[in-house]
This record gives sequence, C-alpha cells and structure tokens, in this order.
Amino acid sequence: MAQTANFSKAVRLGLIAGIVALSVSAIGMVQTFDVRDIITGVLTLGQLLLFSTALIAGYFSWQKGEGVAPVGAILRGLVAGLLTAVPPIALIFLTIIWPGIRNSFVNVSADLIEILTFGQTPVVGSLMLLVVMGVLGVIGAAFDLLPKRIQKPLFSGLLWTLVIGLLSEILLLILRPYTPRAVLNFLFGAKGITPITAVIIFILAVGISAWWDAQGKQAMQQRRAEMAPAKAKQLRRLNIGLGVAFVLILPVIMGTYLTEVADIVGTFILMGLGLNIVVGFAGLLDLGYVAFFAIGAYVMGLLTTQGDLGVGGLSFWAALPFSVLAATLAGIILGVPVLRMRGDYLAIVTLGFGEIIRVLVVSDLLKPYIGGAQGILQIGKPEAMGFVFVQPEHYYYLILAGCLLAVFVSWRFRDARIGRRWMALREDEDVAEAMGIRLVSTKLMAFATGAAFSGLAGAIFASRLSSIFPHSFNLLISINVLSLIIVGGLGSLPGVVVGALVLVGLPELLREFAEYRMLLYGALLIVTMLLRPEGLWPSPIRRRELHAADIDHRPDDSEDAKSMA
Amino acid sequence: MSQRFKEIDFIGVFLWVFRAVIIVLVIYGTVAKLFLGVGNTYTVEIWVDFLISGLSQGSLYALIALGYTMVYGILFMINFAHGEFFMSGAITSTVLVAAYLSASGFMDSQPVISLLVITAVAITTSISVALLTERIAYRPLRRAPRLVPLITAIGASFFWQYFFRGLFGSALIPFPVPEALQGRWTILGLEFLRTRVVVMATTIIALVSLYLFIQRTKTGKAIRAVAEDKDVAALMGINVDRTVSITFAIGAAMAGVAGVLWGLVFRQVHFYMGFVPGIKAFTAAVFGGIGSIPGAALGGLLLGVIEAVGPPLFLEGLGIAGAHQLKDVIAFTMLVLVLIFRPQGLIGEKLAEKKA
Repeated sequence: MAQTANFSKAVRLGLIAGIVALSVSAIGMVQTFDVRDIITGVLTLGQLLLFSTALIAGYFSWQKGEGVAPVGAILRGLVAGLLTAVPPIALIFLTIIWPGIRNSFVNVSADLIEILTFGQTPVVGSLMLLVVMGVLGVIGAAFDLLPKRIQKPLFSGLLWTLVIGLLSEILLLILRPYTPRAVLNFLFGAKGITPITAVIIFILAVGISAWWDAQGKQAMQQRRAEMAPAKAKQLRRLNIGLGVAFVLILPVIMGTYLTEVADIVGTFILMGLGLNIVVGFAGLLDLGYVAFFAIGAYVMGLLTTQGDLGVGGLSFWAALPFSVLAATLAGIILGVPVLRMRGDYLAIVTLGFGEIIRVLVVSDLLKPYIGGAQGILQIGKPEAMGFVFVQPEHYYYLILAGCLLAVFVSWRFRDARIGRRWMALREDEDVAEAMGIRLVSTKLMAFATGAAFSGLAGAIFASRLSSIFPHSFNLLISINVLSLIIVGGLGSLPGVVVGALVLVGLPELLREFAEYRMLLYGALLIVTMLLRPEGLWPSPIRRRELHAADIDHRPDDSEDAKSMA
Repeated sequence: MSQRFKEIDFIGVFLWVFRAVIIVLVIYGTVAKLFLGVGNTYTVEIWVDFLISGLSQGSLYALIALGYTMVYGILFMINFAHGEFFMSGAITSTVLVAAYLSASGFMDSQPVISLLVITAVAITTSISVALLTERIAYRPLRRAPRLVPLITAIGASFFWQYFFRGLFGSALIPFPVPEALQGRWTILGLEFLRTRVVVMATTIIALVSLYLFIQRTKTGKAIRAVAEDKDVAALMGINVDRTVSITFAIGAAMAGVAGVLWGLVFRQVHFYMGFVPGIKAFTAAVFGGIGSIPGAALGGLLLGVIEAVGPPLFLEGLGIAGAHQLKDVIAFTMLVLVLIFRPQGLIGEKLAEKKA
C-alpha cells in the first residue's frame, strides 16, 4: 500500500500553508487586498491570497517520482488542504473567546472574520472554509495527475485570467476614451472584470496556449529557420523599430496618471542602471546609494530654486551638468576610503555614509544652507525654445532620454575593457589584481559611473516634483533599488527594466500593496536568492555561471558547451 | 610595479589626512569646550549624568552586539536582521503581556514577577524569529558566495519589520514601567535612575553567564569548535547545524533581554526600533573586535559613552548648532572609521585573512 505509506509531508506542508494563511490574515493583507476585485462578485485579491495557500500546499503534497497512486495523491491533497484551514479557523474561534483581540492585533477586525467565514456564523463559516480549503487542496494535488499537454494550457488560462483581472483598472483607464460605454460595462465590473469576461479570457488563453504547443511554436521556429539571414535581420530591425515607436507613443495611450507612474518607474530604472554597474558589474554592494540621488536632487534644487536658498539661479539645463558632476565627485570621494574594503564590510560602511548624510541634511547644522526638514521649494522646470516641461508626459521623454543614455553607456562599458575589469573584480579581487588590473581606478570608475546615473535621476526627480524634502531620501530608496536589480537579475540590463516594472510599477498601480511593499520586497529578496539567484531576466553569462553545477553533472553536455564555445 | 606603489601611496596619504582631520577636530572641540568655554557650561554632576546614561545605553548596545559577534564568529556573516530579533521580542512582549499586566495592576504590585514574565516572552519571541530566519534565509545558503546571505539578511530585516508592523500597527506603543522602578536611587553618593541600574546590573549578569557558558560547558565548546573550523568540527562529531542554531538562539535571547530593557529606559516600543540600535550594536561589535565576547561588551560600553559625551563635549566645542541631533552621526562616523582603520577592532584577532 504505497499510497497510504507516508502522509508526513502532506501534513507538514498543510500546517506550514495554514500558518502562512494565518499570518497573511493577521497582518492585514487579506482584508486590505479584499478591496481589489479580480472577478467582480466572484474573487477578490484577498481571497486569492488566502486560498492559494491551500492550492499550493495540495500541489506540493506529493511528487510524481514517489510512486503514489492517484487515490493516494488526492488523499494527500485533501489532508494538506484541510490542515491549511485549521490555523485560520483557530483564529476565528480565538476572536470569539477573546473579544479584545483587536487591541493587540490591530488588523484582526470584524471585516477579516467576515472574509474568513464567508459572512456566515463562526461554526458554519469554519466548516465552509474547511470544505473550500480541502477542495482546493484536492484540486492542487489532482493538477499534477493531468497529462502535461492539458496542464500547460490550463495553467496559462488561469494565469492570464488572474493577471488581466488584477490589472483591469489600468485596462479600463486605457480603453475608456476609445470604447463605447455599453461594451465597457459588459466587460468590467466595479473594480474587476465581469465573470463573462473572465470566462472569455480563460477560453481564449487556453485555446491559444494549446494551439501554440501543438502547432504554433513549431511552425514559428520552422519559419524562422527557413528565413534568409538578410530577411531575418530586416525582421529584427522592424521589431526594434516597432518597439521604439511603441515606447515613444506610450504616454499618448496611457494618459496622464499612468504616465506619471511610468515617470516614477523610469526614475528607478535610471537609478537601477547606475547601481547595476556598482553591484551587478563590479560586485561592490553599496547600501548608501540614495546619497548620490539626494546630492543630484539637492544640487539641482539649490541651483535652480527661486526661493531664499537659491544659489546662482541657473536654468534646469545649466544646472544639470553640475548635479551629475557633484554626484560623480561624491561617488569618488566616498569611494576612496572604502577602496580597501570588500564584501559585507563595504556594504555596512556605505550604509553608514548614507545615514550620516541623511542625519546631516535634517540637522540644524546645515539648515541655513539646504533648508533642513522644510526642504527646498520652487525648483526650476526644464525649458527648451520657449516650451516648458510641466506635464508628466513631458518628463516622460526626458526620463526616457536619460534611461536610453544610461542603457547605452552601461552596454558599451560592459563590453569594453572597463566592463571586463569590473567583472574580473567581481569574481575575485586578488586574482584580478594579480592579472594586472588596477583596483583603484577600476573601483572608482564603478562608483563614479553609478553615482552619475543616480545624480541624473535625482536632478530630474527634483525638477519633476519641483520641491524636495530630506525624508524622500531614506534608506528605503537604496533597498528599493537594490531589490529591483536583484529580482530583475544582477548585471542584466533588461533585468533592471523588468525589475523596476514589477517592483515599482505594480505597487504604484495597485495601491493596496503600498503598505506591504517593504514586506514583499524582503520576502522577494529571500525567495529570489533561494530559488532563482540569477533573477527574472538574467544576463547570459550569469545564468551560465550559476547553473555551471547542473552542467557538471552531465559531462556530455559540458563537452558540447565547450566545443561550441 | 612602481605604478601600483604610487597608487597605494596616494590612497594612504588620503587616509592619513582623513584620520588627522578627525583627530584634530575632536581635540580642538574638546579643548575649546573645556578651556575656552564655547557653548553651554555644565557642572560636574551633569557630566557624570552624561557618563552614566552613556554607560547604560552602552550596556544595551553590548547586549545586542553579542548576537552580531557570535554569529560573525561562527559563520563570518553580518546578520543584518539581528536588530529585528531585538525588536520582535520587545514589541511582542509589550503588546501581549506588559500592556495587560499593567492594566490589571499586577505590574505595580509584583514588579519582579511581571518583568520576568515579560522577559521570558520577549526571549521566546526573539528566539523563534531568529531560528525561523536562520532556517529559511541563511542555512540553505551557507555555501553560497558571501554577498548572498547578506542580501537575504537585508530581506529578512525588512520582512520582519513590516510583518510586526502588520501585526501590531505602526503607532508608538508605550511600555509600562512599574512604580518601583520610577525615580532614582542613590548609590555611593551618586544619583542613578532606577531603570539604568536595572539595565547595567542585568547586562553584567547576562555577560558573565554567557562568558561562562561559552567557556565552561560542552555546548560552548562546540560553538567554539565550529567557529574555528566547521568541517573539522563536523568530523569530530559535532552537529554543526544544531550548533549554529544554538548560537543564533543565544544571540537572540540576549537581544530579547535587551528589548525589554530598552522598553524600560525609553518607555516605548515601535516596529522600526530595531534598525538604528542594530547598526550601532554592529558598530560596537566591530569596535571591540568582532568575534570576541568581551570585545562586544567593551565596544558597546565605549560606543555608548562616546555617543553620550561626544555631542556636549567636542561637537558643542566646535560651535555646532543643535549638537545633540548629531548623536547618530558620531556613531556612524565611528562605524566608518573603525571599519576603515581598524577592522580587527580593539581586542579582536585579525580576521582579514579569514574573510578573504
């Protein structure tokens, strides 16, 4: 009886999932996210968060290699799902015997209990929760019993439905000017997509995915293989051209609000590209990176403000080089003392520098010069031939230009000698030095370039908001930028963009995330390092390095790889 | 080769100038304050008060620094999340125990039992958080490159901060101080705030018992063996994973005690309270010599005193407005200076080779 032999894994997973479900409930994520409908009247983001625990526990409760019969697999899923429900049910009854619980646990509210009990009485609600979690556990376990060619379309159908449901508000914003009201009312509910839309999307996604697996992928690859090289090149150029055109007209499609979000994302991309040089290329973990952003912003502010603190009264364009230069210089000056430090000590010292600058900025010592906590107001706007940049759309192009410049510089530097030196430094400082690489200039170059990008981002940031305050430049910005380049993929340029879109763009769009942003960043940093250290969109070199171990286990493959190289 | 020597020279000169400027500033400030009468004048009693508050603050840093120093000694990693172990114990015991004990009046009638219960809860919470962090975020990455566990530690730090913010809210939470500990005691002719006496006494007891534990018990011996060489220790039959977990637990227990004492001194707790004390305690650990327990104690006390005496002494002497605001700058500057000029600390062994 192999299938009844070992339930310990299902029990353990079920309990862990249950504790996760309890935690996300108790810290208020479930009820905060409950405001966001995915499918109107059917599923909210909060419920998705809560119930996905059982689904995942069920899915992982058994593995194919274990020789488990289908009945045993489903039983394991059931056990995992039922156990997932136990801790939340305990919470429901705890609120009955301890009515004052909210005085201690601020987020255990009546709303939360209503979500957990489906609006029923505690006993009926708990039973319902038990049944729902159990069923989800079974579904999760049963999913792996299906053949692969059914699994994949089902999964992508589910994923697309959820993603589109989640982003429905944004789609609505984009579609509203072009689409008749009746159609919109049919497709979108108050804060999500209607069930009919969900079904349509699900069927479409399943169909497309099934077709793609069955024929499309093959046909596409075949077409590509048969294409003449010249034509393939042409096609690639066309794709790039289309991409550029799309990015250029994006503000027109998106409207003011979404463009503003794009501006924020762009600022972080710019900073991310800078930090990517320091951390991703040269391997110098800098936790005080926000200091250069602040310096860029403050120099821009002081040089262009019309307020009392103003110095010089320059225009935006005249002040921009000074901002970048000041940040670069600061990068070098802060870089010199830490030249001999490596690894974690470097991280802590840069963190110390960042904190020193933050405390100095708000102190009375520097208040007469840079405004203390009151910050700097009335910062100048860029002006070109009588045209003043005011709208987010205008800044979009400015930031885009900055990002393109940074991408170009990063890309050329990466493939130039200096890039090779940085990477040698990242891999092993002593060996790099023995190879004749001058550590001082190489390291300072990394600090300076990274700081310059950050200064540029800061200058544009100051001008866009037209006022800056010291509290905008706290450690969280450094952690934010670090998270996005790590999650995107250290050392990878597309990774920075992907990381910024996911880690900065999504929380800006789904405002419920705001409160849990740092919590999710923390969790993401750990999960990324554990499961996918190369990030979402890794650089090819790094992917090969990190998976070198896999290749070693298959000697034949590694031989192939060598001969190909 | 000559090119390289030139470079080192240039950096060396820069660092010497940097060091000289700091020393001159401190000496000039002190002289100006004491002999030229720049800034406010303080009586001897006030100076003694600064010193005592610095010592009690330094005791807290020392307690937290133990966690850094022990984990660094055994794993050579900066446990960035250690400040959060401290915070979790303090905030949980305040919200779930201290608030209720105080409301029922038990705290004032039985202060000793109350504080013991609060401390027990704080220690338990801190240890649980530490073990969970170690198991999930550190253990699987023990053979990974050095920066990887540091990154997960940063992640864990922010995760726990906002986790406890979600649990208990973002408001400042008052820590109730029993009536018996309010006011001052006179010892040897000096007036001490009672809470500060408790802080210093507890720290001494904790430090001495920890030192004895490490030096005299079998588990302590295992910890020292693992710190020396993990692989050889494993060959000698020591369960390395368990020993590492015990080390984390001990450090977290000290942090939990420090959390309650922090509540007694500052009378409030907060989800963000772990960050700055965490960094300062790390400074203390490095200052004393990371990896060494007496070093952590010494570093903590010195940091506390410098931080308390520094602003009125040499910062005011330099004519800086609002010198007390720059307390944190002193601590962080010390961090930077120690790491640059004396990374092995005051009484630590030289770790530079091991680190590389």
